[in-house]
Amino acid sequence: MTAVRCIDICKTYTQGDVDIKALDHLSIEIEKGEFVCLMSPSGGGKTTLLNAIGGLDIPDSGEVWVGGQRIDQMSKGELAELRLANIGFVFQAYNLIPVLTARENVEFVMQVQGVRPAERHVKSMVLLEEVGLEGLEDRLPAEMSGGQQQRVAVARAIVSRPELVLADEPTANLDSHTAADLMELFVQLNEHHQTTFVIATHDQGVMRYAKRLVRMRDGRIVDDVQQNAA
Amino acid sequence: MNIVLRLAWRNIWRQPRRTWLTTGAMVFSNILLVFMISLQFGMYGLMINNTLQVFSGHMQVQAPGYVDDAKMRQVVDDVQPLAAHLREALGSDTVAARARAFALASSEDRTYGIAIYGVEPRHEPRVSNLPGLVEHGRYLQDDDAYEIVIGSVLARNLQVATGDELTLLGSGVDGSFAAAVVVVAGIFESGVKDIDRNIAQMPLTAFQDMFYMNGAGHQVVILAPSLADAPELQARVEALVGADDGLVVQDWDALQPGLRQAIQADMSSAFFMYGILVVLVAFSVLNTQLMSVLERTHEFGVVMALGMKPGLLGRIVLLESALMGLLGFVLGVIAGTALTAWLSVRGFTMPGMDEMAAQFNLPARIYPPVTLLSVAIGPFVVFVFTLLASVYPAWRLRRLHPVEAMRVN
Ligand SMILES: Nc1ncnc2c1ncn2[C@@H]1O[C@H](COP(=O)(O)OP(=O)(O)OP(=O)(O)O)[C@@H](O)[C@H]1O
Ligand SMILES: [Mg+2]
Repeated sequence: MTAVRCIDICKTYTQGDVDIKALDHLSIEIEKGEFVCLMSPSGGGKTTLLNAIGGLDIPDSGEVWVGGQRIDQMSKGELAELRLANIGFVFQAYNLIPVLTARENVEFVMQVQGVRPAERHVKSMVLLEEVGLEGLEDRLPAEMSGGQQQRVAVARAIVSRPELVLADEPTANLDSHTAADLMELFVQLNEHHQTTFVIATHDQGVMRYAKRLVRMRDGRIVDDVQQNAA
Repeated sequence: MNIVLRLAWRNIWRQPRRTWLTTGAMVFSNILLVFMISLQFGMYGLMINNTLQVFSGHMQVQAPGYVDDAKMRQVVDDVQPLAAHLREALGSDTVAARARAFALASSEDRTYGIAIYGVEPRHEPRVSNLPGLVEHGRYLQDDDAYEIVIGSVLARNLQVATGDELTLLGSGVDGSFAAAVVVVAGIFESGVKDIDRNIAQMPLTAFQDMFYMNGAGHQVVILAPSLADAPELQARVEALVGADDGLVVQDWDALQPGLRQAIQADMSSAFFMYGILVVLVAFSVLNTQLMSVLERTHEFGVVMALGMKPGLLGRIVLLESALMGLLGFVLGVIAGTALTAWLSVRGFTMPGMDEMAAQFNLPARIYPPVTLLSVAIGPFVVFVFTLLASVYPAWRLRRLHPVEAMRVN
């Protein structure tokens, strides 16, 4: 089954007089349960592609399908519902909600989904422990380090077991040890729950975990290989 | 706690100083509104009651049309027996019969036109303050004595004192010439210029004799225990007199049309000022919310990216205003009510109030009553406008684009 399908998508940004082709007639197909790493030099279009797949941004042309639904023509509300129910995001910057504690940030998506408090509580505590944040549940984002915040963001993205996780530089602020733990967690989710992962990264350490490595440059895919995971 | 409510509550305390400033503006205006409106409503009540107690009463039984165009021949037949009947049936002694005519009153060398009332000397003091306001001499005593009480201004104009004689000239109910010589028994001073200049009273029986009334009069005046009791009492009176007698019961509004107009004029100018106050508060809320929404563009982008719908974001913003508004409402009503309640015991006076007080027969010190309406109406309007003011900031969020919003720092 196809989890994500992009057909000939283009996205052009205009900066002054210059047109920047962030996505240039790009097509890609990702099966359910794949573990994909997106690689590119900075500015290669990784974030733009993840945003297009997550329905955060609509490409100028082409089609985007997620879980069998065409999303590039959906309304804002429909896209929001799709993200809430099916997609977990880890953004390039930490992007926690500043007025909520670590645990409340993790519970946020479940709360909007309407999950019962007891269930929410257990799930979030278990996951915070898994990402190594035991004891920091009640801290506000401002009271945590960058790496800790990033781990909260990861926990928030995967806690409600979405079918698809889109992660933009999830390990950017983590030491190599924590980064490895995090990747192990991703792999485990991927293998046990068939969660599809699409991860944009520069990190060689992360790439080792990828089962499929997609290299991009100037909005195009230049290389797409299956590899044996570490 | 509901996530929307939790976010809204935490958000407003992110900038405690700004929240307190905005809420403070609401509290201040709410205190002001509670106090001013209570004072105003209290004054109106006093104004109406005191004005009615001077002379006109809360209601009068009259011939139809008499209230608009007081013609001598639009009479109430057998007015004294009717008044006696009403006193008995209502179990109340605040009922009195009157007749009214225009006459020229002449002293030795001056003449003035006056409205002369025939009144029942024993009952008139129960329905009107005038008998109690006699400053010189005494009030009327005998039903058929040819004596008169006049206002202080008229006495000065005519240059008469108690014991002097006045000649009255007028026309009787049948159009015939009516004349009498009466002795000034007393001089009253109501403080209301028109009354003191134009009105005189003589015993009803003597009046009927002089003006050939044949037992008729023009009005039966009824005073209710209070303004609030008037409508119910009026219904009872109406049931007793009935339209088949060819009589109508006029309420205080019909009797004193100027009173309601004066109140309405005062109210509209006061409410215009309140309106400005409320709009100022609303703009302060609008400003606060626009700023706070702008500051949070980035995080709104995040929660939208996580799957919160734009409408829900708008609801958070509205809820934030509602929470601040509620805080302002509660604190304002508590403080405003406390202040007003304190003044309702201690009394309130301010410069310039004497003038208005004199004009409408008010005491110079007012004890503003605290009622649910006077306490709640102002703060409620402020609350509604607070919500309205945040509709625009909330609505703007619909246009928010998650990716662009997240790029804002
Ligand atoms: N909102 C925007 N306005 C203008 N140009 C943009 C915008 N977003 C992206 N771009 C441009 O589009 C191109 C692709 O950007 P994108 O963020 O997708 O790259 P990336 O691969 O994620 O880079 P990085 O590794 O630095 O995160 C870049 O040249 C970038 O400058
Ligand atoms: Mg990027």
